[in-house]
Amino acid sequence: MDEIVMGITQAIDLIVTLNPEVLHIAALSVYISLAATLLAACVSIPLGGLIHFREFRGKSILKVIIQTLYSVPTVVVGLLLYLLLSRSGPLGLFGLLFTPEGMILGQMVLIIPITTGLVISALSGVDRNISDTLVSLGATEFQCIVQIVKEARLAILSAVILAFGRAISEVGVAMMIGGNIAGQTRVLTTAIALQTGMGDFGFSIALGIILLSIALVVVVSLNIITSGLSSEHQQVLGGPRS
Amino acid sequence: MIRISGLSRQAGERNILEDINLEIRRGEIFTLIGPSGSGKTTLLRLIDLLDLPTAGTIFFDGQDTAGTEQVRLAIRRRMGMVFQKPAVLNTTVAENVAFGLKFRGADPAQVPDRVRSALELVGLLGFEERRAVTLSGGEMQRVAIARAMVTEPEVLLLDEPTANLDPVSTELIEDLLIRINSRMHTTILFSTHDMIQGQRLAHRMGVIMHGRLAQVGTLHDIFYKPYGREVARFVGVDTILKGVVQTNERGLALVAIGNASFEVVAPCPPGKTVTLYIRPEEVSISIPDGAKKTSVRNQLVGTITKLVSLGPFIRVTVDCGMPIIALITTRSCGELGLAIGTTVVASVKASAIHVRADP
Repeated sequence: MDEIVMGITQAIDLIVTLNPEVLHIAALSVYISLAATLLAACVSIPLGGLIHFREFRGKSILKVIIQTLYSVPTVVVGLLLYLLLSRSGPLGLFGLLFTPEGMILGQMVLIIPITTGLVISALSGVDRNISDTLVSLGATEFQCIVQIVKEARLAILSAVILAFGRAISEVGVAMMIGGNIAGQTRVLTTAIALQTGMGDFGFSIALGIILLSIALVVVVSLNIITSGLSSEHQQVLGGPRS
Repeated sequence: MIRISGLSRQAGERNILEDINLEIRRGEIFTLIGPSGSGKTTLLRLIDLLDLPTAGTIFFDGQDTAGTEQVRLAIRRRMGMVFQKPAVLNTTVAENVAFGLKFRGADPAQVPDRVRSALELVGLLGFEERRAVTLSGGEMQRVAIARAMVTEPEVLLLDEPTANLDPVSTELIEDLLIRINSRMHTTILFSTHDMIQGQRLAHRMGVIMHGRLAQVGTLHDIFYKPYGREVARFVGVDTILKGVVQTNERGLALVAIGNASFEVVAPCPPGKTVTLYIRPEEVSISIPDGAKKTSVRNQLVGTITKLVSLGPFIRVTVDCGMPIIALITTRSCGELGLAIGTTVVASVKASAIHVRADP
C-alpha cells in the first residue's frame, strides 16, 4: 500500500515539475504515433476509396480480411517487421530497426487495416442517392469520389482518431522494433513496461497518467465528432433543425 | 430532342423495361405516368445516362448516346436531373447549387451570380448560407431543381419530384416547372404516379405499365381514348363494359350488354365484340319522373349500391344490371336525397362513351 501512495506522490511530482525525461518520452510517443497515424491515413483514404468504389472479384472477402486484421496482435506485427527490418532481412539495408522511423512503419502496418476498414464503412454510410446526384450533375468519376470522401469527412476523421488511440497505446511493435533505447526509441508504453519491472513505480505511474490523459483527449474528441455526426444525421432524416 | 428506340433493360432474369420507343420533342413538357414499380425511374435513369440499357438506343439531339464514358459525360452535362428523394450534400445551399458549375470548370468569378439567379428562379433567394441538410423536404427539392438548372440544361428530367411533398410544396414545384418551361424553353420530362398532376402540367404524356409504354398521346387521347383496360383503369375510367354490336346506323351503334343496350358512336359492324369505357364525370344521375325528354341517348334505371365520399365529390355506384359509376358533387347528392337503395336514372351521352373493338 505504501508503495502505491509513494508512487503516486512521486508521479505527481514528476509531472508538476515537468521532468525533462518524462516530457521527452511523452513527446516521442506522440510524435511516432501521430506520424504513423497520418501516414496510415494517407494510405488508407485512397485505398479505402478504391475498394469502396471499384467492383472486383473477392471484394467482400477482402473486407472480411481487413476487419480480421483490426485485432491482429501487436507482437505478431512486431515479429513480422523485425524479420523484414533486421540486418539480414530483405529491408535490412535501410537500417530501420531500433529507430523511431522503424517504429512509425510498424505502427502504420498495425493500424492501416483499421483506418482502411473504417474508411470503407464511412464511405458506405454516404447515401447512395448522393453519388447518383453527383454523377447526374456532371461529375467525372474522380470528382464524384472526392465529393463523397468530403461528405464522409467526419466519420473518416473519427476513424483516424481511433487509429491514433490504438497506435499510442500499443507496446508490442514499439518494444520489438524500437527496443526501448533511452533518449532514442523509449516511448510511454515501453518505458512503463520496463520501469515497472525495475521497481520504479513513480516513474511508471507518471507515464501511465500521461497515457491515460492522451486517451482521454482522444475519447473526448471522438465524442465531439460523433455527436456532430449523429445530429447531422438527424437533420437529414428531418429531425430537429438548428 | 430525345429519341428512344427499342430500349430494354433487364435486371437478372426480370425485364424492367421492354422495347420502349418514344420521342420527346424540343421544348415540350412530357409526363411519364404509371403505377409504382412500372419502370418510370429506370427509364429516366437510362435517359440521364446513369445506367446502361440491355438493348436499344437513345439519341440525344440526333446523337447516339452509346459510347465511351467521356461521350456519355459530355451528353449528360447537357441535361439536369432531379430525383424523387432529394439528396443534398452536407454543406451550404450555395455550394450545393454550385456543384454542376464546379464540375464543368466554370469561371469561379461567375459562380456566385449564377447560383443567385438559380436560387431566385426557385424562390430561395437569401438561403445561400443556410446548411442544406436543415431545409424542409420541399425546400430541398427546390434546391435540387436550382442545382440542376444552374447549368442551363437543354433537358430537365424529374423523377416523381413531388411524391414525398405536401400539397403546398407540390403546387410550388408545379408552378416552377411551368415557369422554367415557358421562360427558358427547357424540355421537361418528368414522371409521376399522380394522373391529375400529369394532366395539369404536361403537353403530352406516356403511360407506362409493366415496363412497356402502353400509350403515348395528348391528355385528351389518354383520358378519353385509353388503349385497353389497364390504361383506362389507371387514368380513372371506372366503368368498363364488354358487349356485342347489334346494329350500326351511320356510325351510331347499338351495343347489347346483359339486358340493357347502349347507343355509342363507333364504326364497328354488327356482331363485333367491343369494350365500352365510361368516365365517371360523364355519367349524370337523376330521379326518374317518366315525362322528361332529353337528348341523352343512354338512360338506365338502377338502384344505388355504394356511395363513397371524396371530399367535394361523391362516387356513386348504380346497379343497372351492370355497375355504372358516376362522380357527382356532394351538394347535388344532398339535393337529390340519394342514399343506398334509391332508384335513379344514370344517363350517358352516346358521344361520351369511348369504344374499342376487341381484337
